[in-house]
Amino acid sequence: MSPAPAPAPAAAPLGPPLQTLAGWGRVGRPGRERLSEDLAAIAPRAALSRGLGRSYGDSSLPASTADLALNTVLADRLLAFDETSGKVRAEAGFTMRELYRVFLPRGWFAPVTPGTSFVTLGGMVASDVHGKNHHSDGTFGRHVTGLRLMVPDGRVIDCSPQTEPELFWATIGGMGLTGHILEVEFTLKRVPSPWIYQYSERVPDIDTFMRRLEEVGHDWPMSMGWIDCISRGASMGRGHLMAGRWAAPSEAPARFPRQLPRLRLPFELPDLALSPLSVRLFNFAYYWKHLRRQAQGIVHPEVFFYPLDAILDWNKGYGKRGFTQYQVVLPKADAARSAKAFLELLTREGGASFLCVIKDCADEGQGLLSFPLPGISVALDIKITDQTQRLVDRLNQFVISAGGRIYLTKDLFTRPEDYRAMDPRVDHFLAVRRKWDPDLRLRSAQSVRLFGDPPPAA
Amino acid sequence: MIIAILGATRGMGRALARAAAARGDQLILLGRELDELQRSAADLTVRAAGAPAVASISCDLATPAGFGPALDAAWAVHGRVDAVVVTAGLFGTQDALEADLELAARLLTINLTHTVIFCEEARRRLIAQGGGRLCVFSSVAGDRGRKPVGIYGASKAGLSHYLESLDHKYRADGLITLTVKPGFVKTGMTAGLKPPPFAGEPDGVARDVLRALDAGRPVLYTPAMWGLVMAVIRRLPRFIMRRVGF
Ligand SMILES: Cc1cc2nc3c(=O)[nH]c(=O)nc-3n(C[C@H](O)[C@H](O)[C@H](O)COP(=O)(O)OP(=O)(O)OC[C@H]3O[C@@H](n4cnc5c(N)ncnc54)[C@H](O)[C@@H]3O)c2cc1C
Ligand SMILES: NC(=O)c1ccc[n+]([C@@H]2O[C@H](COP(=O)([O-])OP(=O)(O)OC[C@H]3O[C@@H](n4cnc5c(N)ncnc54)[C@H](OP(=O)(O)O)[C@@H]3O)[C@@H](O)[C@H]2O)c1
Repeated sequence: MSPAPAPAPAAAPLGPPLQTLAGWGRVGRPGRERLSEDLAAIAPRAALSRGLGRSYGDSSLPASTADLALNTVLADRLLAFDETSGKVRAEAGFTMRELYRVFLPRGWFAPVTPGTSFVTLGGMVASDVHGKNHHSDGTFGRHVTGLRLMVPDGRVIDCSPQTEPELFWATIGGMGLTGHILEVEFTLKRVPSPWIYQYSERVPDIDTFMRRLEEVGHDWPMSMGWIDCISRGASMGRGHLMAGRWAAPSEAPARFPRQLPRLRLPFELPDLALSPLSVRLFNFAYYWKHLRRQAQGIVHPEVFFYPLDAILDWNKGYGKRGFTQYQVVLPKADAARSAKAFLELLTREGGASFLCVIKDCADEGQGLLSFPLPGISVALDIKITDQTQRLVDRLNQFVISAGGRIYLTKDLFTRPEDYRAMDPRVDHFLAVRRKWDPDLRLRSAQSVRLFGDPPPAA
Repeated sequence: MIIAILGATRGMGRALARAAAARGDQLILLGRELDELQRSAADLTVRAAGAPAVASISCDLATPAGFGPALDAAWAVHGRVDAVVVTAGLFGTQDALEADLELAARLLTINLTHTVIFCEEARRRLIAQGGGRLCVFSSVAGDRGRKPVGIYGASKAGLSHYLESLDHKYRADGLITLTVKPGFVKTGMTAGLKPPPFAGEPDGVARDVLRALDAGRPVLYTPAMWGLVMAVIRRLPRFIMRRVGF
């Protein structure tokens, strides 16, 4: 047996030791991170906060090794809950996972959840996340009733849609750049049972997909689709459409859904695992997995909301260089045509992807930088190669011409001029940020890359 | 069970309090900042739906004069206390403690002298009511004199020694003493350190501790693997210990 390791050597006097920090795409950079239950004690020294690091790119990473990142995951206390209104208040590191565990058995659930439960409230606010119910319930920010924020000058400020609304809406979707979120207050939703009634169908092509998403959205509060983004020609954009609603007690099992087993990827997969051929095979097999044209019935809520959470660390599957996610929303007016053109461009450029998710979005959130706008969102994982920058540039050119925008929380490759061209709202956001942070004390690797923050001294 | 716990605001104490509340134990929180205690109390009541209120009582390990009154206040909440738990403690790396002897003195005082005095106050009350449990977090660092944890380890060695003697002396009087010896556990205390193999999580420790407490065990290594690890380390000859870095 290996000898017992003891508490390791002393931390550098400067603070936590240098380590490799990475987002979910596993493209790491050196940085310092401090974990503490007491966010307010560390925040005055930190250049940004981060939660579970499920943002794909560089938004949760410090801009320099001199910048300290405050990791919030130990600050996970529930502070108040009102059984009648569903209003809940918790510290920023409280996770969606815990919310599911604590509240779903009691008949309550998050008003909006992203496709993984391994996210913190701080991250959900800073990215203003959306879920399968975007077309009916909007983004998470719509349900937030108050934030406690430590702004860059060290003051603690309670803001809400009524008090300091400008700061509040800059923080919703503001990628952590307006202040350290200490506490979040929002309203849970009552659910009739903890089970989901799901409807799904096989869709032959992109035109049908766009039409069916729209139609299904009238009857179902939740929907999304998976598309095979390999097939070209007549079957381009074929896939599965999934819709769902909370099951009524009469149609659902009486017991609470059992916790699903969780697997771990113990090591990085070799690069071969995600070769174009395996992606092609996967897409083919997955499409035909849905043998019947339509299916419906009761499904486990974790299977419905968090299918990927079944394998912890699945991001290791993309090998050493990691991966990025490209998520875009294309405006409704021309959505059918531009979604098709986007897929054509993608298949032409060889952006083969395991996972390509499509979702119709409704109203733009009030957050100054909130991602969704009325239209269609497409998200795909891209294994990083020497071609990735070029691919993202090409896709971005298309998105600019189509009047769409990318999702900051997924981004690692967009160029600042392209971002500005697709999201003119950024000037207003930066003006509000300057008001609260004239010296730009809060920054991230992403804000330096995209928003023109002065690059840190080497 | 009615449990009074000193140190429930963070780390393993927080996890232990949650696990106890989840199974229906009644909790009384002791700690140095009332505001923090109340926030932790709120967390426990919201999590365990419909749970009885959780009491908060000021008690700072730095001020022994407050121990008696704080424990009296704890006893006053329900008229008795079935278990007193102490997870509160300080850690410093050997380098930091060697460089700052005032810090070293404070750590030794808090972790050893004052913790022992606190336990004495608790012991009297537990025995006076006819018995009860005392569960105190020491450390594997107290099992052997080792290079990286000399001073911190000394405080925990002294504490383990004292706790073992309590168990021998008072078990017949109804006092069941549990010495918890965590290995490396990922909490804020160890956040700056590189986790070794077999590093534990607070939730796992909490489960182990409740089981050991219920079973009346005198010593618990947690995660369990550390029992084996320390069994080997305790037996290593000195000439080896002198050479290795742990
Ligand atoms: C499998 C998977 C599925 C996903 N599905 C969706 C989806 O359906 N919809 C969607 O919208 N998103 C989705 N996401 C993205 C994810 O929801 C967001 O990236 C979210 O912000 C991650 O939360 P986190 O706690 O990991 O935050 P991190 O990744 O750690 O941080 C994200 C951003 O939030 C900021 N931040 C975090 N905490 C604080 C705080 N306390 N104060 C200030 N700023 C803070 C960071 O600075 C950073 O800018 C998905 C991600 C994965 C891995
Ligand atoms: N983590 C490990 O790897 C490890 C390994 C072996 C042994 N241990 C021991 O296990 C115990 C718990 O460790 P942990 O990692 O959970 O520590 P932690 O996260 O740092 O929590 C320590 C707790 O002690 C309280 N505390 C500190 N000083 C206090 C004082 N003067 N008066 C009252 N309360 C005080 C803190 O309260 P505040 O909120 O007021 O700060 C906090 O609740 C400690 O005794 C530690 O030495 C830990």
